[in-house]
Amino acid sequence: MARKRLDLTFPPQQSLKPVIYHLVKDYDLVPNILRAQIHPAQEGRMVLEVTGNKESYAAGVAFLESQGLTVNEAASDIVLDSEKCVDCGLCTAVCKPDALTLDPEAQTLVFDKDKCVYCEACVIACPRRAITLSF
Amino acid sequence: MAKSWDEINARIASGEAVVFTAEEFAALAADEGLSAAAKRVDVVTTGTFGPMCSSGVVLNFGHSDPPIRMAEIALNDVAAYGGLAAVDTYLGVTEPSRVRGAEYGGAHVIEDLLRGRAVRLRASSPGTDCYPRTEIDTWVTLDDLNQAYFFNPRNAYQNYAVAVNSTDRALYTYLGTLLPRLGNATYCSAGALSPLLNDPTYRTIGVGSRIFVAGAPGYVAWEGTQHNPHTDRDANGVPVRPAGTLAVIADLKQASPDFFSAATIAGYGTSAFVGIGVPIPVLDEDIAATLALTDADLTATIYDYGVQHRSRPALGTVTFEQLRSGEIEVSGKKVPTGPISSLPKARAIAAELKRWILEERFAITQPLQLLPQVGSQSQKPLQIKTGEAI
Ligand code: SF4
Ligand code: SF4
Repeated sequence: MARKRLDLTFPPQQSLKPVIYHLVKDYDLVPNILRAQIHPAQEGRMVLEVTGNKESYAAGVAFLESQGLTVNEAASDIVLDSEKCVDCGLCTAVCKPDALTLDPEAQTLVFDKDKCVYCEACVIACPRRAITLSF
Repeated sequence: MAKSWDEINARIASGEAVVFTAEEFAALAADEGLSAAAKRVDVVTTGTFGPMCSSGVVLNFGHSDPPIRMAEIALNDVAAYGGLAAVDTYLGVTEPSRVRGAEYGGAHVIEDLLRGRAVRLRASSPGTDCYPRTEIDTWVTLDDLNQAYFFNPRNAYQNYAVAVNSTDRALYTYLGTLLPRLGNATYCSAGALSPLLNDPTYRTIGVGSRIFVAGAPGYVAWEGTQHNPHTDRDANGVPVRPAGTLAVIADLKQASPDFFSAATIAGYGTSAFVGIGVPIPVLDEDIAATLALTDADLTATIYDYGVQHRSRPALGTVTFEQLRSGEIEVSGKKVPTGPISSLPKARAIAAELKRWILEERFAITQPLQLLPQVGSQSQKPLQIKTGEAI
C-alpha cells in the first residue's frame, strides 16, 4: 500500500467529478481531497491524497495525465522550521484539524502532518514565519 | 521565619542559597506544606515570554567625519526616532519597514543586531555649522555601537485578557487570529510562572529590582505605562484582568536572540517576543502563599474582541489550567484555546535565572521605590476634545 500526495493543476472548465470517480472505480485508489481551488474561468488546483497499491497508483497517475491534468508528485508541503519556532502556540488556535497541537506537559509544538489539510491558516498566523508552504 | 534581603543575598554570595522556579516551589509547597517550603527556599524565579509591543532600544552610533546631526534615520529601511541628540536614536519594535511593511520591523532590526548581522544605517539632516554633513549611508553592527540598551516602557503585563470573537468574520488582532462565532480563544500570560502574578501586590518588585531582560541582566526602571493596580482581584489578591506592568532597562549587547524574537502578527503588525524573568525573595509566608499558586488558582477574564469599543464586554472568567487544557466553555459553547505566550520559553527563563543566582551569584535588590500600590491609581481614558473646548 502506498499513500501519496499529489498536487494537481487542471484547465478551466475541467470537470473533476468523473475523474475522481474513475480513480476510485477503475484504479482502486482511495482519494482524499485535502485542498481545492476551483474557479470556473481559471486554472484550478487541488491537493489530493491517494491511497492504494503501487501498480494502480502508477496507472492512476497516467490516467490523470491523459485527462489533461498536470500531476506533480512533489506535492505542496507544510514545513515547520523549528529553529524559528518559539513554541508560542498561536498556530494551534487556528488549526482546525488539530494537526498542530501543544504537548500537554511540555507545551511544545507538535506537528502531526497526517492530519494537515493544507488550509494555510497557520502560515498566516505564525508570528515567527516559521511555517511555510513549499512546492 | 521572616528572612531579610541581606540574609538572602549573603546566602547567594556564599553559594548556600536555595533557589526554586515558581513551578518547582508550588510543587514543594504542595508536598511539604507552605511553612516548610517558605523556610527552605530563599528565592523563587519567574519568567514570561510573550509579544510586548512597548519595547525598543536606545542606540548611539558615534560621530562620523564630518559629523551629522541625524534628523531622519532609518535602519534597514525601518524609521528610528530623530528627535534626540545628533547620533542618538530610539528604535521601537512595532515600527514597520518602509519597503517590506509589517514583515520586517523594528523588532527584526533588533533581532538582526543580536545575531551579529550588519544593519544599513541611512540618515539625513539639514546640516548646521557644527554638524555640516547632510547625508550618511553606512552599515553598523551591535559591536560598532557605543551604547545599545533596551528601554521598554511596558513589559510583563500582570495577567491578560482571553480573546474571543462573536462576529461572523475572522478578526486579526494583537492576540492573534480570532475565528468567527467563538471559533477559538487566545490568551497571553505565563500564568503561574508570570512575574507579577507571583508578587501580586508589588511588595518585592519595584524600581531598581534586578531582573532578567532578553537574556541580559537588567533593572526595573519605573512603573510600566498603563500600570493599573486598581483592578478586580480574587480572594488571593491576584488581579483577574490586566493590571500592573513594568518599564525595564538592560544592555542589548548582553542580550540573546534566544530570548528576544521578532514577530509579525497577521493583520496587526510587527511586535517582539521579549523574555522577562524576575527573582522573588521568599521573605515570609505571605509572599510564599502567592508564590505557591498554580495555574488552577489563577484566573483570566474573557473578552469579546468582536466589540470594537474600549470597554469590551466580559464573558466570564477561566483558570489558566482550563486554558492550558486546550478547551474552555464560553456562553455555553466549547471553544478551543491557543496561547501566544510561550510556556517552554518562560520555563527556560526561570531556569536560566535560577542558574544565574546559583552559579553566577546574581544578587537580588530591594526596590529603591515601590511601584504604585493597590488602590493608588487607575488609568484615565483619552478624551477626544476640540480646540474650541479648550
Ligand atoms: S495548513 Fe496549518 S492550519 Fe491548516 S491544517 Fe495544516 S497545519 Fe493545520
Ligand atoms: S505560531 Fe509559529 S512560532 Fe508559534 S508555535 Fe506555531 S510555529 Fe511555532
